Amino acid sequence: MNNFGTYRRPFTFLALALLGSFLLNIGLGSIHIPFSDTLNVIFGGTASNSSWDYIIWNYRMPKAFTALLAGSALALSGLLMQTLFRNPLAGPFVLGISSGASLGAALLIMGSSLLSGILSFGFLNDAALAVAASLGSFLVLLAVVTVASRVKDTMALLIIGLMFGSMTGAIVGILSYFTEAEKLQQFVYWSFGSIGNLSWPQLALLATSVLIGILLSVFAIKSLNTLLLGENYAQSLGINLKRSRYLIIVATGLLAGSVTAFAGPIAFIGLAVPHLTRQVFRTTEHKILVPAVLVYGAILLLLCDVVAQLPRSENVLPINAITSILGAPVVIWLLVRKKRMIF
Amino acid sequence: MKEDTSRHTVLSATDLAIGYKKNKVARHINFALNGGELTAIVGINGIGKSTLLRTMAHMQPPLSGSIEVDRKPLDTYTPQKLSSKISMVLTEPLASKNLSVAELVALGRQPYTNWIGTLTEDDRQKTEEALAALGLASIRKKKCYELSDGQLQRAMIARALAQDTAIILLDEPTTHLDLYHKVQILKLLKSIAHETQKTVVFTTHEIEMAIQLCDKMLLLNGTDNPFGQPCQLIEQGAFEAIFPDDTVTFDGETGTFRIKK
Repeated sequence: MNNFGTYRRPFTFLALALLGSFLLNIGLGSIHIPFSDTLNVIFGGTASNSSWDYIIWNYRMPKAFTALLAGSALALSGLLMQTLFRNPLAGPFVLGISSGASLGAALLIMGSSLLSGILSFGFLNDAALAVAASLGSFLVLLAVVTVASRVKDTMALLIIGLMFGSMTGAIVGILSYFTEAEKLQQFVYWSFGSIGNLSWPQLALLATSVLIGILLSVFAIKSLNTLLLGENYAQSLGINLKRSRYLIIVATGLLAGSVTAFAGPIAFIGLAVPHLTRQVFRTTEHKILVPAVLVYGAILLLLCDVVAQLPRSENVLPINAITSILGAPVVIWLLVRKKRMIF
Repeated sequence: MKEDTSRHTVLSATDLAIGYKKNKVARHINFALNGGELTAIVGINGIGKSTLLRTMAHMQPPLSGSIEVDRKPLDTYTPQKLSSKISMVLTEPLASKNLSVAELVALGRQPYTNWIGTLTEDDRQKTEEALAALGLASIRKKKCYELSDGQLQRAMIARALAQDTAIILLDEPTTHLDLYHKVQILKLLKSIAHETQKTVVFTTHEIEMAIQLCDKMLLLNGTDNPFGQPCQLIEQGAFEAIFPDDTVTFDGETGTFRIKK
């Protein structure tokens, strides 16, 4: 019963907030660049100091775009999971999807001594990392879904997700125990989550998989809405359950998997953003929710990144720590305020 | 009641056996349901009422025998096609109680909408009609978690009505409701069946109410499963055999059960 028109005002507000946080994200960093110069560079001009040009184009812009893509993708994958599993606590992190991606990345980084000749550092390696992490998240997701089709209880599903999470964690642990210090360090840095290390070609790769994921989600909108009734009702409404389930899973795997591959595991965005979005857009219609979580997630991660940079200081905090520190209280607050989380 | 010439068999079963591979629940089920009739399926717990309903909706296969919808075998329908023939109201809770009543009812239009689920003018109108028919227009904006059990059940029936199917199957639509709301729901079902010429089938434990309200009844007992008009079934003495006779007896005069002292 809802259409875009009803929500023009919140969408306009979100769009402005997105623009604002994007500019803020580019404008702030360890080196002070006057805001007028920043704007100048963004809109095609040059800054009064040529090194600022370089910083903005090759460091801050890719980072801001990564935050934008990663935030959107994680938020959308959280929404997909919550609707698919009919569980307000579902999200890429909770269901072990991020751990799956970690496992894939760990196998590649730390297990690569076995294939060391093949992998040279460069574009191919990044692509391989993305593929490995995406594959890892797919596999865990498939395992969770297989078990989920046998247990109807949604609580059990979360526990299964947690179990898969600790299992993959254990395998990662064993791998780290036997690996060389240098590779271990590489993996640990990856697991902190960082959105600041992507080059433009890597960014293009991330953008492609995220866009495909978003496109698949758009095709899943109708079945997502129907799934709000429950699987039996969805079936009685002529929805091909198996096909829509796989569509949603592939989309989630692409979104969460590729982001985790490039930016490391980033917690809570996927879980918290759909709930925050539902507070603003009081609807369950996925035609509204999908674009809304995309924008909301981007804003949130851009702002988290602003905090993580500790503007004007030399230090940068791991982004994963910031999203957890900000995200966990939000989820608790939602739980306490609404007594139970409704989705 | 005047005979309607358009009245014909909409849903029928011939020598149907239902259940699961290892557990045959009931067999020799035969019935033929017409448009515009309200039918109740009754029987003791575990006899297979819900299983029968699920089998009729093609959500699980029959073990043997056949079901026909509009004189065509059930398994010749694609899920998409069947969704414009049969709608359901199930006992399972809604996955998302955050749906508003209007959103919930509008979801009934899904079989007719395009790939992304855009509601056309016709869909909106059908939704409005369903909301009005169940007296939900004033609470259309309320979320499902704010509704009472009776209101929620009405909203679920409105959703099935919006699906605009010739057959509506309901699994125990009156459980959890008080006497007043039980009667309200059943009378609503009756008026839906009679006024829209739909075939309405529901499972229930309210045998006495069903006797008073339904056009047809199917008594599942697992063996011969009598089917017919309630008064015929009373004459046949079919109700006496439903429960083991150490606890309750059936009084054919009043159509009620008595507790054995």
